[in-house]
Amino acid sequence: MSWFKRVEKGIVTPTDQKKETPDGLWHKCQECKSVVTMAEHKRLLYVCGPCGHHDRIDAADYFDFLFDGGRFTELDAELTSGDPLRFVDTKEYPKRLVATERNTGLKDAVRTAHGLSAGQPLVVAAMDFKFIGGSMGSVVGEKIARAIDYARQTRTPFLMISRSGGARMMEAGYSLMQMAKTSAKLALLSEAGVPYVSLLTDPTTGGVTASFAMLGDFNIAEPGALIGFAGPRVIKETIGKDLPKGFQSAEFVLEHGFLDFIVDRRELKQRLADLLGMLQPVSAANPEPREARRTPSKAH
Amino acid sequence: MLLDFEQPIAALEGKLLEMQKLADESDVDVSEAVTALQAKIKALKKETYANLTRWQRVQLSRHPERPQMLDYIGGMVDKFVELHGDRTVGDDKAMVGGLGELDGHTVMFIGQQKGHNTKERQYRNFGMANPEGYRKALRLMKLAEKFNVPIVTLIDTMGAFPGLEAEERGQGEAIARNLKEMFMLKVPVICIIIGEGASGGALGIAIGDRVLMLENTWYSVISPESCSSILWRTWDYKEQAAEALKLTAIDMHKAGLVDGIVKEPLGGAHTAPEQMIETLKNTLLKTLKELGAIAPADRISQRIDKFSAMGVVVE
Repeated sequence: MSWFKRVEKGIVTPTDQKKETPDGLWHKCQECKSVVTMAEHKRLLYVCGPCGHHDRIDAADYFDFLFDGGRFTELDAELTSGDPLRFVDTKEYPKRLVATERNTGLKDAVRTAHGLSAGQPLVVAAMDFKFIGGSMGSVVGEKIARAIDYARQTRTPFLMISRSGGARMMEAGYSLMQMAKTSAKLALLSEAGVPYVSLLTDPTTGGVTASFAMLGDFNIAEPGALIGFAGPRVIKETIGKDLPKGFQSAEFVLEHGFLDFIVDRRELKQRLADLLGMLQPVSAANPEPREARRTPSKAH
Repeated sequence: MLLDFEQPIAALEGKLLEMQKLADESDVDVSEAVTALQAKIKALKKETYANLTRWQRVQLSRHPERPQMLDYIGGMVDKFVELHGDRTVGDDKAMVGGLGELDGHTVMFIGQQKGHNTKERQYRNFGMANPEGYRKALRLMKLAEKFNVPIVTLIDTMGAFPGLEAEERGQGEAIARNLKEMFMLKVPVICIIIGEGASGGALGIAIGDRVLMLENTWYSVISPESCSSILWRTWDYKEQAAEALKLTAIDMHKAGLVDGIVKEPLGGAHTAPEQMIETLKNTLLKTLKELGAIAPADRISQRIDKFSAMGVVVE
C-alpha cells in the first residue's frame, strides 16, 4: 500500500518535444553541472567556463565567430537531396528529408561559405549534426567538393569542420562514393599547394573519418571530441570487452599521432590565423613571394 | 553447402545421377528420360538465376566455395611473387599482394583473402584488414607506379576490421589516404569486386580507371544485416535492407557507380571456378589493353572526373 497515488500515467512529453538545452535564460553544463546565463554561454562560444566542455554547435555558429563581423557568402545554399534509390525503411527517405528540413531549418548536413577570417580569405565547410546525424549523402559530398574547387580556383585556404556519424544509409552506394569524390578533390587541392585544415569535432566517425576528415595538411580537433572509424558499440561487440577510458577521444587520437593539435574553440580563430598566415598560398599574381622577399635590393 | 534456392536444382541433379547409374548397371534404356531431365534442370537453373533476389545474390557472394583472391592468382597468374608488410607495423594476412605475370604482362595484384575453412579464416581475419593492410596495399601500389606496372585489385571483404588496435593505428586515416593517393597513380588501375564489397573497407582499394563487379556480388555502404540492425533495430529485415540498398552489380551499374559487370557461370562462380577465372582473366587482359592506350595524365583526370560526377542532387 503506497502513500501516494499517481493520478496521471508516466511522463507524457513526446520525444520530439524534449530539448537537449532549454531555451531559457540559464545554461547548465552537461559535464560539470555548473550554471551560467545563456548570454554568457554564447559569449564563450558554447564552451563551459569551469570545465571546458565543448557543446555541439551548428555550422551557423562557426560561421558567426570565424568570419569577421559574421559576414560571409554562402555557396550552393539551395542544393538538396534527390532520392535516386527510392529508399524506404520505416519511413520514405523524401518524407524523412522534408521532416528534418522542417525541424532544423536546414537543407542538408553541411553548409559551405567563404569570407574573411582575421582579415584573411578563408573557405569553410561546416557540418550540422542535427540533420540526420550529420550523415554524408550526395548533397554533403557535392557541396564539399564544390567548396574545395572554389578554394583551389581562388587559391584560398580551406577549413573543413566535421561533425558526422558517417555515411547516409538511405543513399547507399551514392553515399559511399562521396568519400571517393571528396578525396579526389582534395588530391587536386593538395597538388595546387593550397592549405587544407581539417577540424574534427564531436563526433566524427565512419566514412567521414575515412575520407576528408583525416586528409588535412593539418588535422586538428576540439577537446574531448569522439573521433574514430568504427563506432564504440561496434568495437565493443567485436572484442567482447569494455573499452578503456578515453578511447577514441581527441586526446587519444592526438597521442596516437593522427592529429597535429587540439584547440579550444575560443582560440580557434586566432590559431588558424597564425597557422595560415605563415603559409600564404603562392598566388598567380605574385608567383614567388618568399623568393622576392629574400632578394636584396640592388639600389643600395 | 547448398543455399536454399540451390536445393531444388541439386535434387534434380541427384536424380539424374541415379538414373545414369541405373542405366550403367542394367540394360534399361533411359536415354530419353535423361535428356528430358537434363532439359528440365537447365530450364530450372535458367529460371532460378534469372530471378534471383538481391538477398540471394548476397548469399552467393558469400558462398564458402566461391573462388577468392588466391584462387584467381593461382588460376590465372604465372610466377606470382607475394610481397609482405607495410614497413611500419606488420604484415596483414587479410590483405594479400604481389607481382605476377598475366599472359606475359607484369601486374601488381592486391586484394583481400577471406579464407576457405575455419583455420584459414582465422589466419586471414575473415578478410577484414587492419590499417597496416591498407598501408601495405598503398606501398605496393606506389611500387607498381615506380616500375610502371599496372595494378589490379580484387575486392572481397565484410569491411575494414573494427577492432581496438585498428582504431589506435588509424583505420580511418589509412583508408582515407588510399582514396586520395589512388586518384593520382600514374599507372592503370583496375578494381574487381569478386565477392563482398562492404563500405570503406572495400573502397580503400577500389579507386580505379575501371571498377567492375562480378555478377553475383554486392557493393554498398553497409551490409544488409548492419543496415537492418540500425534502421529496424534487428537483423530480421536483412532481405528488405538488401532490396532497399540496391547493392547488386546490376543496381550499381545502372546507377553509374561501377563501370561494368563480369558474367558468372550459370549457378554462380562456385559452380565452375575454372570457367570464372578464365572469364576474369580475359576481361582483365582486354581492359589492360584499353587503359594502356590512354596517356597517364588523361587516365588520372578521367578517373577523377568519373568519381566526381557520382551523386544525385537537386539544384
